[in-house]
Amino acid sequence: MKTPIYMDYHATTPLDPRVLEAMLPYFTEKFGNAASRNHSFGWEAEQAVDTARRQIASLIGADAKEIIFTSGATESDNLAIKGVAEMYAERGNHIITVATEHKAVLDTCKHLAKRGCETTLLGVRPDGLIDLDELKKAITPKTILISVMWANNETGVLQPVREIGRIAKERGVLFHSDGTQAVGKVPVNVIEDNVDLLSISAHKMYGPKGIGALYVRRKNPRVQLTSQMDGGGHERGMRSGTLNVTGIVGLGAACEICRAEMAEESVRLRGLRDLLKERIEAELDGVHVNGSMEHRLPNNLNMSFGWVEGESLMMGIKEVAVSSGSACTSATLEPSFVLKAMGVPDELAHSSIRFGLGRFNTREEVEYVAARVVETVKKLRELSPLYEMAKEGVDLKSVNWARE
Amino acid sequence: MAYSEKVLDHYSNPRNVGSLDKKDPAVGTGMVGAPECGDVMKLQIKVNDETGVIEEAKFKTFGCGSAIAASSLATEWVKGKSIDEALKIRNVDIVNELSLPPIKIHCSVLAEDAIKAAIEDYKKKRNGKR
Repeated sequence: MKTPIYMDYHATTPLDPRVLEAMLPYFTEKFGNAASRNHSFGWEAEQAVDTARRQIASLIGADAKEIIFTSGATESDNLAIKGVAEMYAERGNHIITVATEHKAVLDTCKHLAKRGCETTLLGVRPDGLIDLDELKKAITPKTILISVMWANNETGVLQPVREIGRIAKERGVLFHSDGTQAVGKVPVNVIEDNVDLLSISAHKMYGPKGIGALYVRRKNPRVQLTSQMDGGGHERGMRSGTLNVTGIVGLGAACEICRAEMAEESVRLRGLRDLLKERIEAELDGVHVNGSMEHRLPNNLNMSFGWVEGESLMMGIKEVAVSSGSACTSATLEPSFVLKAMGVPDELAHSSIRFGLGRFNTREEVEYVAARVVETVKKLRELSPLYEMAKEGVDLKSVNWARE
Repeated sequence: MAYSEKVLDHYSNPRNVGSLDKKDPAVGTGMVGAPECGDVMKLQIKVNDETGVIEEAKFKTFGCGSAIAASSLATEWVKGKSIDEALKIRNVDIVNELSLPPIKIHCSVLAEDAIKAAIEDYKKKRNGKR
């Protein structure tokens, strides 16, 4: 086993060597512009792009014509939300989204709010899921779009997408989902799941960075978008710019592998994730899983370690790459807004660690990480005045803390 | 974020970890910060009543690596100093010694506050005794 160990697969993933192999010829001998209609270099590139479109569409149950290439999920989110807001401005100006969305969605909605859109931010229950009744009540005749992420990037919590889509359809509202963490990890079918727009990122599923896609439904209903990038009219006029052929080939290959291997891979990762959780819980008291275990990506574990601060824990296991919801790891000194929205107390948000398992993690690595976490938490608790007080029976909530 | 060598050293080998008997009249206890802010430091000193010199210092800290290092360093620095000398320790000294980045300056402020709170507690006890 080699260190450092990478267990931060929600942040990004390494390129699968098979993906790299598929991409390589398109950097050199097959370098054509997919928009060049009059020579073989262009045809070759166009053909590669078409193949990738089919591979992507096939993973999500879509038609190849419904795939729009972008630079990544952030751009896809922007295009979907701003594009709908502009295109459907005459129909309404109300957008519904959720407090635990990625910033690419939240900040896009904030941007639109400054320009006359009304936005409703749904809260989440302690398990991280939205309340469908609350969603139904939030819909008004002015509502044009509901945007709810498929799987949360911090907690891995899966939203009831299919039901949300059904509600949206019944009320004649478009439904966008940020599928960054979900596509390639859990089954996604835009028809069965009633999704009208779906953001996809390549680098979260063993593809390259800098390429993503937006699924835009063409039938029942036909969704139209106002482009946010104008130019040569690529991608049915929705997103201009010369296609990133190597990236697109990589995204396609990554989707193809996920489609073939997802079922098996998710079982393996769920087993490893559960092993990590069991090992930790067997050795430590005062640990809490953040978010639903039932409605969750198979490869995610988000845990708080009571009385221990997250960044100091990461420092103690520095040969393991994970991430934390602690303020000390953010530039703002605010702990994770996702955990806060779920009602996780600040002190436990500061104590949280996100483990993201992936394709190249082994059982040996998981066992090693569990042991190192247990060891480090024990050491840091010896250093923690809060642990000492808790063991003395002091109720930490009753203490009059000197707050700044 | 990369940590300085000194922060890493204090984190890996924290000096003077532990607790002193807070009921001991020669012991002053300072507890600063709050759990929901992600930092709590407890710093204790044991003062020689005759000489006014801090003979022992202990700490426990809930916080990031820089907070642990700042409080560990604070115990090292106050040990052997008189109360008046210890009160002269400034957070900027800690920032410089540990090469703390701007975002971690609050850790040094907290350590300075912990020293002051411990000394204040000791003085209060001592005056109460008289």
